[in-house]
This record gives sequence, structure tokens and C-alpha cells, in this order.
Amino acid sequence: MSKAKRQLLKHRYHQAVWQEPLMYELGSPGERGILPPVLEKEIREAVGDVVSLVPPGMIRKEPPRLPEVAQPQVVRHYIRLSQETSGYDTSNDIARGTSTMKYSPKINERLANVPEILDLHPLQDESTVQGILEIIYKLGECLKEISGMDAFTCQPPSGSWGVFTNARMLRAYQEERGLGLDKKDEIITTIFSHPCCHAVSAVAGYKLVTLYPDETGFPNLTNLQAAVSERTAGMILGCPDDNGIYNPHVEAFCDTVHAVGGLCVLDQANANGVLGVCRAREAGFDMVHFNLHKTFSSPHGMAGPGSGPAGCTKELEKYLPVPMVAFDGKRYFLDYNRPHSIGKVSSFYGNVQVVLRAYCWIMSLGADGLRTVAETAVLNNKYLSKRLLSEVRGLAMGYPQNDKRLHEIRYSWERLKNETGVDTWSLFRRMADYGIGGYFASHEPWVVPEPMTPEPTETFSKDDIDEFAEIVKQVAEEAYSDPHFVKAAPHKRAVHLTDDDRLHHFTQLATTARAWYRKHRQSRGEKR
Amino acid sequence: MKKLGLIVNPLAGIGGRVALKGSDGADTVRKAFALGATPVSPKRASEALKRLCCAKDAFELVTYPGEMGEDVSVELGFSPTVVGSIEKGRTTANETKQAARHMLGMGVALILFAGGDGTARDIYDAVGGDVLVIGIPSGVKIHSGVFASSPMAAGELAMLYLAGKATRVAELEVMDIDEDAFRNGVVKGKLYGYLKVPDESRFIQGAKAGGHVGSDEFYVRAIAERIVQDMRPDCVYVVGSGTTTRAIMEKLGLPNSLLGIDVVENGTLKASDVTEKQLLEILKGREAEIIVTPIGGQGYIFGRGNQQLSPEVIRMVGVENIKIIATPGKILSLPAQLLRVDTGDAELDELLRGPRRVITAFSETAILEVV
Repeated sequence: MSKAKRQLLKHRYHQAVWQEPLMYELGSPGERGILPPVLEKEIREAVGDVVSLVPPGMIRKEPPRLPEVAQPQVVRHYIRLSQETSGYDTSNDIARGTSTMKYSPKINERLANVPEILDLHPLQDESTVQGILEIIYKLGECLKEISGMDAFTCQPPSGSWGVFTNARMLRAYQEERGLGLDKKDEIITTIFSHPCCHAVSAVAGYKLVTLYPDETGFPNLTNLQAAVSERTAGMILGCPDDNGIYNPHVEAFCDTVHAVGGLCVLDQANANGVLGVCRAREAGFDMVHFNLHKTFSSPHGMAGPGSGPAGCTKELEKYLPVPMVAFDGKRYFLDYNRPHSIGKVSSFYGNVQVVLRAYCWIMSLGADGLRTVAETAVLNNKYLSKRLLSEVRGLAMGYPQNDKRLHEIRYSWERLKNETGVDTWSLFRRMADYGIGGYFASHEPWVVPEPMTPEPTETFSKDDIDEFAEIVKQVAEEAYSDPHFVKAAPHKRAVHLTDDDRLHHFTQLATTARAWYRKHRQSRGEKR
Repeated sequence: MKKLGLIVNPLAGIGGRVALKGSDGADTVRKAFALGATPVSPKRASEALKRLCCAKDAFELVTYPGEMGEDVSVELGFSPTVVGSIEKGRTTANETKQAARHMLGMGVALILFAGGDGTARDIYDAVGGDVLVIGIPSGVKIHSGVFASSPMAAGELAMLYLAGKATRVAELEVMDIDEDAFRNGVVKGKLYGYLKVPDESRFIQGAKAGGHVGSDEFYVRAIAERIVQDMRPDCVYVVGSGTTTRAIMEKLGLPNSLLGIDVVENGTLKASDVTEKQLLEILKGREAEIIVTPIGGQGYIFGRGNQQLSPEVIRMVGVENIKIIATPGKILSLPAQLLRVDTGDAELDELLRGPRRVITAFSETAILEVV
């Protein structure tokens, strides 16, 4: 192994382990982080008894149980916790595919945190927020150019929310034509589209028809033709999908759905492989959405603030949510006068900090720069796949008959699993021992067995890609030589092996604690 | 302490390497030995058992003497409770059945068995669904869903189960070659029944997908709900065999024959476990629908385990009146997610081919191709 490669593989890495107690277990009664000055007599007299202002029914009988900890301990506590986590700024996160983890320039971070942005309030008068309205408006203009659509809203604060917005617009369009759920009640999607395409269609009231791929990795036209009927309200799908495969028949797909009066929605959360190369409009789609926190760079990764602007053609513009940020040639304003609108899909106007970062990113790259993003991302993916497929034992590509891939590939550890008993999650946990912070196996359901989906976007350097390839190679070798050791990983992280199978069990899943209790009360009373 | 049963069919798979396409029957076994075959299943059983070595003291291993399990267990350092008796070198299907019954009587939590489809059938004949099993794939023919994807996976799944981590149970198919058809030179899989297996799809043969897919049980009930809600008065419903279709009968509160075909009309049971002849009688001049589910891991919707639904029956009901149901989990277990037909009538098979709708949940369908 060359010297450079030895450095890439960090054998001596170890995460900080602080054995940090919970905040509530720190400190002692009476301990304080900040001691506010005692009020001057004059003020106290002028204000009177503040507590008496609270209605008697709302006054707590006992003070809330809050941690009592001095300032240095609080600071230390949170710094330590931060050292026990991973993120973009500390680790190589190529492994977190489909999320499009990319560099978010720090300058954009600074801009998103200037007081002029932080102190904005959504209820301010329009005349005092012309700047941010202009940015929201102009980002919409950029996205129109990038997608070929005629109008955009930045209101949806997440990707799935963007797809939901489009699904609701789809329904509004059909209902206005007298083609409500009693006549058109089906939406077609594909198994490799993001699960939200299925979910939002159901939430919008539709039944689902799912297409499965043939040996090429994408569904064929014959199956789509069998799926469409007069009941088809539309089609919502991702292309390219999680396999990085672009369905070459996508135009014919749109034509087929249009022929029965359906609308076509493209989930373009991840447009990393096609940015500046092709547009949803030209492929025949009527609606599209982007994830700004993916394709257009914004720090994210599980629960970070997102943004899923939704766009459409002129014909559908009137259904976009209220308010729209509009421009009358002189000033920007919030347009609520939209009688056909589906209404609000979220409070206020969207996550403006994410919108601002995306706007900065697009403006700093320009049109040519955006195309370079896609070209570099595809090139990076080709380089990574070449290394992984030729050097890593027990790894294969899902749908190997089709090697035309764009920005990412879903690989399969099936062979390694059969030969060593080590599964994809164990390999991930072992990669964590080399500093890998996140890993994406697959969206549900797993069609490709024992999946792994890395995505080397345009911002990863060759060294980053080589480091990742070396780590993958290393853990695969370890799986063959010492499977038990790999299965017991991680060995060098703050938290060791946990039993999360139970957490993923369907009986344990619930959106809120209240929902969990409701579910369990129900299943107890149910006869099985 | 939990008891784990181990049954090794020492002759399973013996015909494979010498190209005998099976190991059933004394003649075949004699022929295999004459051709120089050596037993493979003890080795496969040992590979599975190795995965349990680290938890030796956490459970009691119960097995049969000599080559039926004792040998491999002792070799790996286990101290098994050995029951029953065999005539060394001359075990048959009877010993497998006897062992399974014996272990059921002793209250084992799980039987790990090494063999092929023939062995799975023997276990099924002896204990049916009364005890959980995991098959260690060691035979020539492995068509049944009850086998783990490898001996190692069998051991690991057993380990998970003993550790209380695999709590769900699936009923999976016991398949074997249809001997009558085989004698006529046609190789046809036949569905014999269902055995209970710990439900961890990532370990099981032909169900390789995995992930955190929702429980099949949920989808099975959702499908039944849809089918029952869509039932029309005075239409005759021919409900095929399988656990997915069984849920429809359960939803209707009707008794069902798991391996047979039942007929429902206006929410009541019109006939149970019918023959082709009875079906033709019932269907005469009636509006009807057939409800079928593919065999997991294989995809056959007609011609395997439901021969009562003959070409004549299918034609009488009409190809357009066939409802296919399958959970997403089952769809992922099908090779290339394809459906198959083998009705014995080439013309009808052709008519059934092409993309078809499959009901996968209450408001969800999938398009799968019949080939």
C-alpha cells in the first residue's frame, strides 16, 4: 500500500468518549449559569408584583424541574456532546447517498446568519422586507430557468412537502375539470421513487399503482400502459432514481399518462446528476420540485431545516399555494388574491435561510457552473464505482445489466453477506471506526439485497473518494477475515453496538408518543 | 432454558454432485454411493451449528443419534440431549418424521433441520405448523420457502430467535416436485403446505430483500379488507389456496382450507376444498371471480398447488375476472418480481401472460408481468 493510501485509511482514529451524563444529572440545587442583577427599587415599584399578572389558574403550584448548572459546565457539556457526533465538518460523508451531501460554503452560512436575516419576522410589513422577498422571488426565477417550468413557490419547508404540494395541485386541477376522486382516483409511481411519492399520493386521497423495474433497472413502457386507465389522475416519480438510472423512456411515460388526461409530476429532490443538462419541462412533466438542501447546497442530514420549492407550468400556476411572492415592476409583495389556490401548505413563506443559501450558491456558480456540478458529480461516481467494483471483495452493483449510471449507484453486499454472515449495517458500523459519519443503505423497501448507496457529489475531492474506497475495501476484507469483529463494531465510537432492531419493529414506530400509546392500546384490545 | 431441536437428514443432497437430481428413495441413495457420492448435509448442518457455538450454555440442544445430529453436535463441543434410536447408515424419511414428533413432544422452541424439499415435507407431515422450524439448505431440491439462504444464515436466524430477537412468525411454503408429473417427464413444483418459520426475511431463501418493510401481516389484512369491501352480491368468489387468501376467509368469519379452494357467495361459504368438477358445476352460468396469490419465492399463480383451477375453470370465469393479491414483501421474494403460469393449456397461458394488476394493500396495486 502506498504512503498516500496509508494516510487515507485512519487506523488510529478514535472518537471522543466522554461518558457525559444527562444535563439533569449535572450541577447541584441552587447552582446557576447566569445571575441576573437584582432589580432596582424604582423599577420594582413601578412594575409591581409581576407574578400577579399571571391568571391564578395558570400559575404552577411547583416550580418547573429545570437543570441547575453553572455556565462552564453547560458549555463543556454541549461541546463534549458535539465531539461525540459526526457531521460534514468532521467526516467524509460520501456514504450518505441520495441525500446529496455537498459542501455548503461558509460564506453562505455567514450571510444566512447576519442580523438582517436573523431578526426578520414573518409578520413584518412588506415594505420593510423587500430584500428577502426579492431573494425568494429571484430564487423562483432561477428554478424556473433550471427546470423549464413557469412558476415556483418556496413555501414547502421540506422535499416531501414539495411533492405533497404538487399532489394537491394535481387534485385541484382534476377536480376543476369534474374529475374528482369518484372518477380519477389513481396515481402511478415506481418502486424506486422516494417513498414520499407513495405517501403524499395517499395523503392527497389517491390510490397507488406501483411499477417494478425489469432487468434494466427501470420499469418498461408495456407495464405503464397496463397501469394507465381513465381512472389515472397522474404519475409521480423520481428520475434519475436511487440507482442513478435515468429512464430513457421518460418522455413516452409522460405522453402515455397525458393521453388519459393525467398529469405528470417529477420528484427531483436530487437533481445532482442532471443539473444544467436536461429539464423536467422538456421531458414532458407538468410539475416538479427540488430539495434546496440537496441539489442546491445547504447543511442538512436528518432533521436539518429543509426547503422543497414546487414548480409547475403556466396552466397549473393558479393552483400554487398562497401567498405567492410577486413583483409588480416596482415592489415585491405577497399575493393572496388567488381564488384557485390550494391554500397554504405551511405557515408563512418557507425556510428563508435555506432559500438564501441556495440563491447565493446558484448565483456564485452561474449557468455554466451548474452544468459543471452535474458533470463532476457523474465523473466522481464513475471513478468511485470503478474502484469499488474492481477492488472490493463481495460487492456488486444492483441491476448490473445496466451500467449507464449518473450521480449514484445502489450496490449490493449480498455476496459478502452470504459468504461471511456480515450484513450491510455491520459494515456501516465498522466504517464508522474509520471516521465515516453517515451511511445510507436504501429507501424502503429493499429491492436490492443488502444495499449500500454512496453518492460522491461534485464537491468531494479525489482524496475523499479514494479514502472512502479504501475504507470500503478495508471493512470488506475484515468481514472475510474476522466477521465477528465486524459484527460487533463500532469499536472506536462514543456509542457502541446498540440493539436497534426493536426500534425499527413496526409495533414501536409512531409519529408521537401519544400515537404510540394509542397504537398500543388498540393492538392490545384487538383480537389476532 | 429453551430447547433447540436439530435433525440432520444424512442422505439429503447426496444425489446432487453425481447428477441424480434428487436423493429420495433407497435406490437413488444406493446409486449415489455407487457413483462415489459423499454425504453433504452433516457438513452443512455443522456450518449452521457453528453460529450457535458462542451461546452453547444458553439453550439445550436436543438431537437424534449418530449421523442425524449427535455426531456434528459433539464434534463442535456441544453436549446434546440425544433421544430416539436409529439404525446407523440406514435412515429413511421415517426417522426424520419420528425425530420431529419426538422433539415436538419434548417442547422444543425451534427445530433446525438439514435437508432438502423432501425433508421439509417429512417435517411438515410429522408436525405441521405446531412448532417453529428453520431449514438448513442441504438438499438437491430447494424450492420450499422454509430454508434459510445459506447454512450460516440458518444458524444466525436460530441464534436471533433463541436470543428473543426474532419474534415475528411467517408461514412459508413447503414445496416439492410433483411426483406424478415427474413420472410423465414434466418437472412441476407442488405446494404441500406451510411450516412456521421465524420471520426475518433477510435470512430466508427466496426472500432476500429485507429492510424494515412493514409487517406482512398488516398488508395481508389490508388486502383482505379491500377484497371483502369490493365483493358484489350474487357473484361467486373462488378463493385460492395460501395464507394471503386465508385472510379473506378470516375477514368474512368463514372456515377455510389453507391448501384447498373455497367458494364464497353473498358472504357465506358455498363450498369448501372443492375439486375441479365441483367448481365447474358451481360456476355454470354464474358471474364469478377467482382470487389467487402467487407462491412466495416462485411466482406461480396457476398450476402449482391449485390444479383445481383448471384451464376450463379459468376460461369459465374469464381471464378478466381474476384478482391477484400479494403483499409487497412477497412481491420482493419473487425472482425478478415476475409472475408465472403453467395451467397445462398453452393457449390459456399465452392469454394470461403480460402485465397484470396485483392488489398489494387496501388502496394499492402493483403492475407485475406474467411470464
